[in-house]
Amino acid sequence: MTATTASDQGGAFTELPSGYRLVVGLEVHVELHTATKLFCGCPNQFGDDPNTNVCPVCLGLPGSMPVLNAQAMELAMRLGRALHCEVRPSVFARKNYFYPDMPKDYQVSQYDQPTNVDGHLDLPDGTRIGIERAHIEEDTGKSTHVGGGGRIHDAAYSLVDYNRCGVPLVEIVSRPDFRTAEQAKAYVNELRAILVATGVSDAKMEEGSLRVDANVSVHQPDTPFGTRCEIKNINSVRSLGRAIEYEALRQVDLLEAGERVIQQTRHWNEDEGRTHMLRSKEEAEDYRYFPEPDLVPMVPDPARIEAIDAALPRLPAERRAALAEAAGRTLPDESVTIVVDRGLDELALDAVAAGADADRTLTHLQHDLDPDHAANVPAAHLAQLVELETSGALTASQAKQVVAEMGETGKAPEAIAAERGFEAMDTSELEGIVDEAIAANGEAWEKYCAGEQKAQGAIVGHVMKATRGQADGKLVSQLLEQRRSA
Amino acid sequence: MSPVERFQTAAGVAAAVAAGERSARSVLDEHLARIDEREGEIHAFNHLLADEARARADEIDARIAAGEDVGPLAGVPVALKDNLCTRGIPTTCSSKILDDWRPPYDATVVTRLRDAGAVVIGKTNLDEFAMGSSTENSAFGPTRNPLDTSRVPGGSSGGSAAAVAAGFAPIALGSDTGGSIRQPAALCGVVGAKPTYGRASRYGLIAFASSLDQIGPFARTVEDAALLMEVVGGHDPLDATSIPEPFPDLRGTLGRGVEGLRIGLVEELLGGEGGFQPEVQTRTREAADALEAAGAKVDVVSVPASTYGLSAYYLIAPAEASSNLARFDGVRFGLRDERATMGETYDATRTAGFGAEVKRRIMLGTYALSSGYYDAYYGKAQRVRTMIIDDFDAAYERFDVLLSPASPCVAFPLGDKTADPLTMYLNDVCTIPSSLAGHPAMSVPFGTGAEGLPVGIQVMAPALGEEQMFRVAAALEAAAPGGAR
Repeated sequence: MTATTASDQGGAFTELPSGYRLVVGLEVHVELHTATKLFCGCPNQFGDDPNTNVCPVCLGLPGSMPVLNAQAMELAMRLGRALHCEVRPSVFARKNYFYPDMPKDYQVSQYDQPTNVDGHLDLPDGTRIGIERAHIEEDTGKSTHVGGGGRIHDAAYSLVDYNRCGVPLVEIVSRPDFRTAEQAKAYVNELRAILVATGVSDAKMEEGSLRVDANVSVHQPDTPFGTRCEIKNINSVRSLGRAIEYEALRQVDLLEAGERVIQQTRHWNEDEGRTHMLRSKEEAEDYRYFPEPDLVPMVPDPARIEAIDAALPRLPAERRAALAEAAGRTLPDESVTIVVDRGLDELALDAVAAGADADRTLTHLQHDLDPDHAANVPAAHLAQLVELETSGALTASQAKQVVAEMGETGKAPEAIAAERGFEAMDTSELEGIVDEAIAANGEAWEKYCAGEQKAQGAIVGHVMKATRGQADGKLVSQLLEQRRSA
Repeated sequence: MSPVERFQTAAGVAAAVAAGERSARSVLDEHLARIDEREGEIHAFNHLLADEARARADEIDARIAAGEDVGPLAGVPVALKDNLCTRGIPTTCSSKILDDWRPPYDATVVTRLRDAGAVVIGKTNLDEFAMGSSTENSAFGPTRNPLDTSRVPGGSSGGSAAAVAAGFAPIALGSDTGGSIRQPAALCGVVGAKPTYGRASRYGLIAFASSLDQIGPFARTVEDAALLMEVVGGHDPLDATSIPEPFPDLRGTLGRGVEGLRIGLVEELLGGEGGFQPEVQTRTREAADALEAAGAKVDVVSVPASTYGLSAYYLIAPAEASSNLARFDGVRFGLRDERATMGETYDATRTAGFGAEVKRRIMLGTYALSSGYYDAYYGKAQRVRTMIIDDFDAAYERFDVLLSPASPCVAFPLGDKTADPLTMYLNDVCTIPSSLAGHPAMSVPFGTGAEGLPVGIQVMAPALGEEQMFRVAAALEAAAPGGAR
């Protein structure tokens, strides 16, 4: 079901049984990386003892009032601009429902007048995903249901930690533009990269600072979209793919059996690998939204938005395109994507500009250099290293070790190579050592000559031991091959 | 003798205490003695804080003896409506649902009172969650009007109005959502003012209807009301709806007279179509005449949309209340009637904890916000609100202040209007329009009506127009006929 085989309005789509096609929209909640909560001065901090970062405001005590955190507003607008949204005058509303982890029994959230609307995000494969809105809201507390099935309805009792209560969130609502589960996963990865690059959020799914709900439906081509189900409790990018695929097949099975898909909210169970019903549309609450009278409308200052635009860092899509071009690729490939994800693209661009071979440069930056050590490696050093390698002065495995040490020590590559005694061996010298090795491993040589390729291992090992690892493995294999066919 | 003449004013107390002529403790004891004498029949207080107040008065005296300036309310006893949060002191909203809840913090206005040297003497009774016009909707029993204990003091700030009228405190704070300061002030024969929305911080005021609630003063003189307003008013960073402009020097404007001010009698709020007591209408015309005699220009003005005020108010206020009161759910504070499940606990707690009027308004408001009804009810009410603001704006182009009765009637007997909620709601017909507009308005005693009971005249002004409003109030006070019983 993961095969993407043909085009649907120009893009890939997932092939489902009986010709059904997949339609997915994502709702992503991210915690903003602010010093304090959305409406009070309590620290916005994960992992503290329960109910230590609380005050009358975030506990919703009678008489308390919210005051909007300017930094949260700033980060939300920054995210909006990074997603190419229009930043608009916004109004907070109250979403009314009763739940113990929400002490006011309403959530303050933007409703019909969100800060950010009509943006998009381009996936690495070029697919453009529409962003309907990215609005600000407060997080709820965290309930732990003890006993029963782990849900509030059958729990013996429940514990609530209000530290998370009032933490600023932005909910990013995509348009239903995904046609494959892979696209949905790529979107979350890309969004995460943007959030980190812009400093808007640390976007850690495992700590819950990024949470994804998926709206999944299926339909036949050239017919209206099917009825959707919202999937909650997706805890990783991998689960997102699994949950979408499971849910799509569930819906196809229903339709093929002559039944209807009923609009409902479903819970993804990671262990069982399936979704089950949480509540149907009929049971959905009437949230009785109305404008939050304790807050005033926010009207963004155009000068502020200009300043935000000017200060936006280069975003991953742009960085990938630049690196791909410099590396002579028509589209960003995996190595480009990884190097950008690792934040080493500037170094790669500079090294290539200094004349380094692009493929070797990307390989080292993809695998060999710890991004935390990047500051120790000037582009000139990296270019010299690649030059040593491409000229044959260092073998691939030697170059790999030298790159790692460049990162750790900041030394120039020649110096490291010299210290380690990495010198390209004279071929004639190596030929003599290879002949000695053949003589010393007669049995292996016979097997090798009989076509048992694995048998060369003993001989190569002998050569490496004799040269203290400095021989180029590829060259040794070539010499053995020459001797066998001679 | 009227209450004004019998008891010392806040300004007088503060001056005497600051000058060392009287001790804060002796002032307090005098007030506690009056409370001792009459509180049994009046029931102005939910919590009398005699011990705390004595300690506080002694502290004030010690600081004055040490040469400290303790502030503009030095040693002045002040009563607080029991919907204002007071640290460590029960704050009940006269509801069983808050039980013995003790806030861990003070409302901003309470902090400002303390910083000004005031002595908090007690927490006063109110209609539960400030919902009512007679203080009969209190879970702790009604407050009675000190001028006639068979009658109500008005509401919802009836306890604060009664405390000031009875001489239990020179000044008190109340809250006004649709008239909850002005109407009880009128019925008790004292001054009561609601400032411009955003003038007084709502931080620590337990919300009834957030877009309407404002805290304001009760006093026996216009000057005392201005003094208290100056102390509690002004910007507060803890209230996002608080107005940034500095609070004006109200007391400095009181003596400036009304010469040349343009004063409009609001046609729609004069009770032309009936329902108003004739004496109230007569006193209102006399008040206008008195202002004219003092040099103001008086004319009749129409504010047409004000006639829809009551209908719009009884959608907007309950809608906001239904959300504001959701948090009283038995989970974290106040009453909890624990049952087998969470949902049943919510139901049982709220059923046991809220009184009938509160439940009525929660249901009304929940309905008005429901999906499919929002536009027809809440949405339309908000449009009416905009119309009222527009009509007021037009009137204030031609007039500096507007005038009307504060209440269609004088204090009525207990039980008179409890059977029919709509009759009770009509008490607020004069006060609601300014509330919806967010404008300042106040009630000033002006002579008597039926049974010799006081009549209050409402002075309304445009947003931030407190100065001209208090000027007119001072002129009315000066011209008021004596003889309130």
